[in-house]
Amino acid sequence: MGLADKTAAELQEMIHTKETTIVEMAEKAFDRIAAVDSKVDAFLALDKEGALKKAAQLDDTPMNKRGPLFGLPIGVKDNIVTEGIETTASSRILEGFNPIYNATVVEKLNAAGMVIVGKLNMDEFAMGSSNENSYYKNTKNPWNLETVPGGSSGGSAAAVAAGEVPFTLGSDTGGSIRQPAAFCGVVGMKPTYGRVSRFGLIAYASSLDQIGPLTRTVKDNALLLNAIAGHDDKDSTSANVEVPDFTAAVTGDINGLRIGVPKEYFADGVGEAAKQAVRDALKVLEEKGATWEEISLPHSKYALATYYLIASSEASSNLSRFDGIRYGYRTEKAGNLLEFYMNTRSEGFGDEVKRRIMLGTYALSSGYYDAYYKKAQKVRTLIKQDFDKAFEKYDVIIGPTTPTPAFKIGEKIDDPLTMYANDILTIPVNLAGVPAISIPCGFENGLPLGLQIIGKYFDEETVYRVADVFEQATDFHKKTPQVWEGAAQ
Amino acid sequence: MAKMTKEEVIEVAHLARLAITDEEATHFADQLEAITNAMELLSELDTENVEPTTHVLPMVNVLREDKAEAGLDRELVLKNVKEHEAGQIKVPTILD
Repeated sequence: MGLADKTAAELQEMIHTKETTIVEMAEKAFDRIAAVDSKVDAFLALDKEGALKKAAQLDDTPMNKRGPLFGLPIGVKDNIVTEGIETTASSRILEGFNPIYNATVVEKLNAAGMVIVGKLNMDEFAMGSSNENSYYKNTKNPWNLETVPGGSSGGSAAAVAAGEVPFTLGSDTGGSIRQPAAFCGVVGMKPTYGRVSRFGLIAYASSLDQIGPLTRTVKDNALLLNAIAGHDDKDSTSANVEVPDFTAAVTGDINGLRIGVPKEYFADGVGEAAKQAVRDALKVLEEKGATWEEISLPHSKYALATYYLIASSEASSNLSRFDGIRYGYRTEKAGNLLEFYMNTRSEGFGDEVKRRIMLGTYALSSGYYDAYYKKAQKVRTLIKQDFDKAFEKYDVIIGPTTPTPAFKIGEKIDDPLTMYANDILTIPVNLAGVPAISIPCGFENGLPLGLQIIGKYFDEETVYRVADVFEQATDFHKKTPQVWEGAAQ
Repeated sequence: MAKMTKEEVIEVAHLARLAITDEEATHFADQLEAITNAMELLSELDTENVEPTTHVLPMVNVLREDKAEAGLDRELVLKNVKEHEAGQIKVPTILD
């Protein structure tokens, strides 16, 4: 009985025909994690006892009271708080932190009857593109263990790619779901800003952060978004809009679809293989009845600078709460209150977090506020207007997710600006707040490449429809990485 | 726009309550100078008549009914506190 390559519908079929039980399925997930996670290092914490206990309770629920995700295992990124399971955001400053409440998305997973198996590694406080900024461990890319899984939701993407769990949650501030999904050859969706409640998501940049699903297939991704989307009284920035059934949008029909392809996403820094994979994908979509035209998003080149100013400014404010008093790491070297704060924070935060706190503090400081922070907010308006204008004429915008496939561990970690450049194609989407997905669309030297499909505000439905048509017409999502060989399926 | 100097890094680190050594200040200054240099790109855009975006969607203030709701249980709240006594959080002596 193999589970690692099964979809939600196939897993439900196995439960309904009594080929397996929810407990057995959870046990299989832990077996698989035991077999491959020593190589991949995706998980930070496992809750085997809690998961098996929950699974046993779920097995007692009558079949007619179960939804499509009922009993299925899921992993959660470590910046999403889970009651009773250590939650660190991969930072030393939260080492041992045991939340006393659940994030809204976790409550929703529970309501859907999902079994949370554990917490997934990430770049500290979601700041990074390689998972090398985790205080605890480096997650590896299941396709090549010498390369990075991407970031910051690297653990979430690697766990799905390695077949450890069929579902994970990640968060995306500048590409943190889509970039690792592309690097690991899985499906990753950043929903519209406000589509999913951020209550219980440890804040990095509040005007950009959004939680989203990572899965092996597009349909499973839509299923999971169904479960987590919706307005929440506890998050005043969550949108009070109707949540459609995203799976119903997956009709297989894209006849007449209009696609815009930004020339800026094919600029010099983008690798030839990534460009070619997108050109090939456009041919597939054309055959299915779509048309495409080259367009311009003229302010794209300003997105990276705009993002780092806004995100760092918001981070410097959000991370001021970590002071060592009420929870988390506490220094042992302090002669007075100021030293207590300063030493706690210096010992508790890693270098990338410190860099962004300092950049943000600088950008918000008197004398520089107008030149940096306010300027960036104004340019953000221009970037948003680029998308608004394009979406007057096109249904979706398509390009590569990343300029290159996964890079070697250690290759870019000492050069922040080169590392930041990984996100040039994903960042504009967060600044505009629109939804976008990354799906597998090719390989370069055995490493996956991602196709990015960007949609209008709250039109995840069209994004899923297009993604599914491409997925059904190709077999990139059926390929399995090197760690699958010989591992318990 | 200005670039971040070592003196500014030391000043900003203090404002952000981060203790850094002189060596670290030099290192961060090198990196932050390069980063703020790259941010200079924005100054070529004329944004005189552009409104800043703080949130991408229209936001309204949300007020709930002014009615008391039960807070968190004190035992629970103290669960992650390193040291506490009689329901209060203990910190090291901080007055000279």
